[in-house]
Amino acid sequence: MTDATVVPVMSGVLSVTREHDHGGAVIGVAWLLLLPLALAAVAYLGAAAAERSHGRRSWPWYRDVAWSAGLAIVAVTLVGPLADAAHGDLAAHMVAHLLAGMLAPLLLVAAAPVTLALRSLDVGPARRLSRLLASAPLRVLTHPVVAATIAVGSLWLLYATPLAAAMRDVPLVHELVIVHVVIAGYLFTASIVSVDPAPHRAGYALRLGVLVLAIAAHSVLAKHVFAVAPTGTAIVEAERAGLVMYYGGDAVELVLLIAFFAEWYRSAGRRLRVGGGHALPGPG
Amino acid sequence: MNETSTLRVTRRTIARRRAFWATFLMGAAVMAAVDEIVFHQLLRWHHFYDRSTTDVGLVSDGVLHAAELVALVAGFFLLADALRRGAVDALTMWSGFFVGAGAFQIWDGLVDHKLLRVHQVRYDVVLLPYDVAWVAAGVVLLVLGLLLGRRTDGERTT
Repeated sequence: MTDATVVPVMSGVLSVTREHDHGGAVIGVAWLLLLPLALAAVAYLGAAAAERSHGRRSWPWYRDVAWSAGLAIVAVTLVGPLADAAHGDLAAHMVAHLLAGMLAPLLLVAAAPVTLALRSLDVGPARRLSRLLASAPLRVLTHPVVAATIAVGSLWLLYATPLAAAMRDVPLVHELVIVHVVIAGYLFTASIVSVDPAPHRAGYALRLGVLVLAIAAHSVLAKHVFAVAPTGTAIVEAERAGLVMYYGGDAVELVLLIAFFAEWYRSAGRRLRVGGGHALPGPG
Repeated sequence: MNETSTLRVTRRTIARRRAFWATFLMGAAVMAAVDEIVFHQLLRWHHFYDRSTTDVGLVSDGVLHAAELVALVAGFFLLADALRRGAVDALTMWSGFFVGAGAFQIWDGLVDHKLLRVHQVRYDVVLLPYDVAWVAAGVVLLVLGLLLGRRTDGERTT
């Protein structure tokens, strides 16, 4: 456990150096990262509009909303008041992480970008995309066990090591970590719920098992942050950060669980109609 | 006995059994939520984490917490699934709910508090009466649930 008398002094020292870190060069990186986000928004909304105007099959409006909201949330964690607060305070930083690593990925997955891409692209590029999705590296990365290990494991690396303080005090590290958690969070969410087509989708039992362990690891880490303040963080600040991580994580995990079981309910219903309604396997 | 009525009975039995376990999960999850909301948040008898917990206790608490969330959501969807398979009487569902709630309370009182020592019911007091009341409440809920279940079994056979 961190020594309670040393920590406030250390964080006092760090807060002085923190003021100097807001240089123009590093702030530029955050603004630069908004460019791919804007491109992603334009590409998606453009493809969705084209899909609607062709009139063969419509593209639901709520997917546009989910995609835009997901990207907007990532943007908010990179620039603006929350991003600024995250550089000074571990609890604000934790809010940014919940938004970028959990809520935004959930919205982005719900927007079914791969389905939209496969529909909008010409036959050649679409075929290349589906070959890429079926390729060995992506198959490994989107396996629930691998995706969960990357997503939750990197959080343990961040919060149980001095990286936590570096991330809070050096904007560039903060931004790189945000990019990482968005991607890792997306892969994890996509490995648990199937909105987009996924060749080699894992079974319900495996996905549920991974989900339980991931939620457990997340809550244990939240208590670890609560109890053992990362280096250079005041105890009170770490306690607030731990609570944000614990209860905020619960809220997003609840939505993810509902999406997972709703998918099971629909597919069990299809089997029920086909099989006449007996001797059907449950989700376990 | 013709074949269709046998099939209907089998389907109803499957639906009842599934509805029981669905409401069992819901009962356990609701009990866990009551524990969290009343004793942690309102009374503040329990601690979020009392810093004396063993590592094993902390990890088991995390798994239990994850299981609670899963049980709550799974319970709703499994119940909806059971009900679209066949009619289920209300007593079966209440039985499952109370057995689940009681089983969780007993587990929490014996394994979490005493065996793993995740946290205690209350601090700076003589613990025994609190522990006895905690587990006794669980036994009452469990017995109530079993009695409700027995009545529905009787109704089904007559």
